[in-house]
Amino acid sequence: MATKTEVPVATPEVKPAVSLSKEEILRYSRHLIMPEVGMEGQLKLKQAKVLCIGTGGLGAPLGLYLAAAGIGRIGLVDFDTVDFTNLQRQVLFGTSDVGRPKIQAAAEHLRNLNPTIQIDTFETRLTSENALDLFKDYDIIVDGTDNFPTRYLVNDACVLLGKPNVYGSIFRFEGQITIFGAPGGPCYRCLYPEPPPPGLVPSCAEGGVLGVLPGIVGTIQAAETLKLIIGKGDPLIGRLLLFDALGMKFRELKLRKNPECPVCGDHPTVTKLIDYAEFCGLRGEEAPAPPTTVPEITPRELKARLDRGDDIYVLDVREPHEYQICNIGGHLIPLGDLASRVNELDSSREIVAHCRTGKRSAQASEFLLKAGFRKISNLKGGILAWSDEVDPSVPKY
Amino acid sequence: MPVKVMIPTPLRAYAGKQESVQLQAGTVGEALSALTSQFADLKKHLFTDDGRLRSFVNVYVNDEDIRYLQKDQTPVREGDVVSIVPSIAGGAREGV
Repeated sequence: MATKTEVPVATPEVKPAVSLSKEEILRYSRHLIMPEVGMEGQLKLKQAKVLCIGTGGLGAPLGLYLAAAGIGRIGLVDFDTVDFTNLQRQVLFGTSDVGRPKIQAAAEHLRNLNPTIQIDTFETRLTSENALDLFKDYDIIVDGTDNFPTRYLVNDACVLLGKPNVYGSIFRFEGQITIFGAPGGPCYRCLYPEPPPPGLVPSCAEGGVLGVLPGIVGTIQAAETLKLIIGKGDPLIGRLLLFDALGMKFRELKLRKNPECPVCGDHPTVTKLIDYAEFCGLRGEEAPAPPTTVPEITPRELKARLDRGDDIYVLDVREPHEYQICNIGGHLIPLGDLASRVNELDSSREIVAHCRTGKRSAQASEFLLKAGFRKISNLKGGILAWSDEVDPSVPKY
Repeated sequence: MPVKVMIPTPLRAYAGKQESVQLQAGTVGEALSALTSQFADLKKHLFTDDGRLRSFVNVYVNDEDIRYLQKDQTPVREGDVVSIVPSIAGGAREGV
């Protein structure tokens, strides 16, 4: 396993014209006075080209530290706009940025932080059609995305182009960081040949993320990117770093190149980019719609019937901590407990199940139908739609 | 042998919300089967219908991937830590 990595960055000797201005020397003085970076390392940083996929939770600290460190050219890829729920962790954005394209707000912030560098913006979704073209001008790709199809796309494109992929991912309070696609090193598919089927991805009841977690993970990605460029230290190649913010523990696992890997193995079967939504079992952008066998009721209909005094048992299948955020007076039985607490329900009464969006309650309704309940319907759009259509004082989350 | 199995965050909901479980086992296969008999809900998250470990779940003994040891026949000794490491995509919410 290689511990030193050849990164395709031109050396100062090859491009003698590159130098630092007086202003840059002052700006980077704390780098210049440490021998591990020095003038040589700083010039490497200045000539480096790094592409950041995503400007969200991971992309924010990453972009900030790469720009501050003086990476000469930083590309940003994102198609999203800033919303209020982003501000808890996406520290590139302020309240006044809500509603703006992320790429615009991010580029503005980074240009202000360091006007001496070049920021390229790509306000687009990364696809199999544009990935190779976007990646080809950069030395290192940093994956700060949030979904499996894009993870596999970034990996395969990096392997096909022979570019290192500085990888970080997060879940609640746990993070995983490594470098894929370095010469001789493993790729994402060596570690995980296939993504989980959509049905097994943890539901939002277990979702969420500690706001500072992407800050820590993205900062580690930034550190690894800088190390690759200056060629110092031991890069996270062939090592998977696991971080647990609750236990405040780092662990390290060995990561091996799989000779049978379909993309970077000895006999690759994936030799061009594929349809990653299909590969991940998704049709279109979103997860499959809930089964339509369950009758639905709209928030307005439910409100009208409750006001009329109809005997309806409102069943809230969210988690207790969600109930604390807001509720519409339903009886709380979390989806996961439904099977063991089904005897608390009266099958002779009419039941309307709800959750946040209507997805978990569709599962609950389906379960109850199979269990012999006949008078069951699912609140369409969940408590979010209730807030939109019936009672705006119910907070959305 | 008493071994410790580390449960990753996404699967803790199916393992009594515990971060690790102490089990008696002589091999990784025995440890996982003891685990899934104690927590039945975990089974479909770890294994396919025909009983193979899912390809988005890796199992390590200490810091080594069992795919490069003896897979589920990998022996475990007292004090070994078996880690279950599933792929996570990142991001805050999957739009549920």
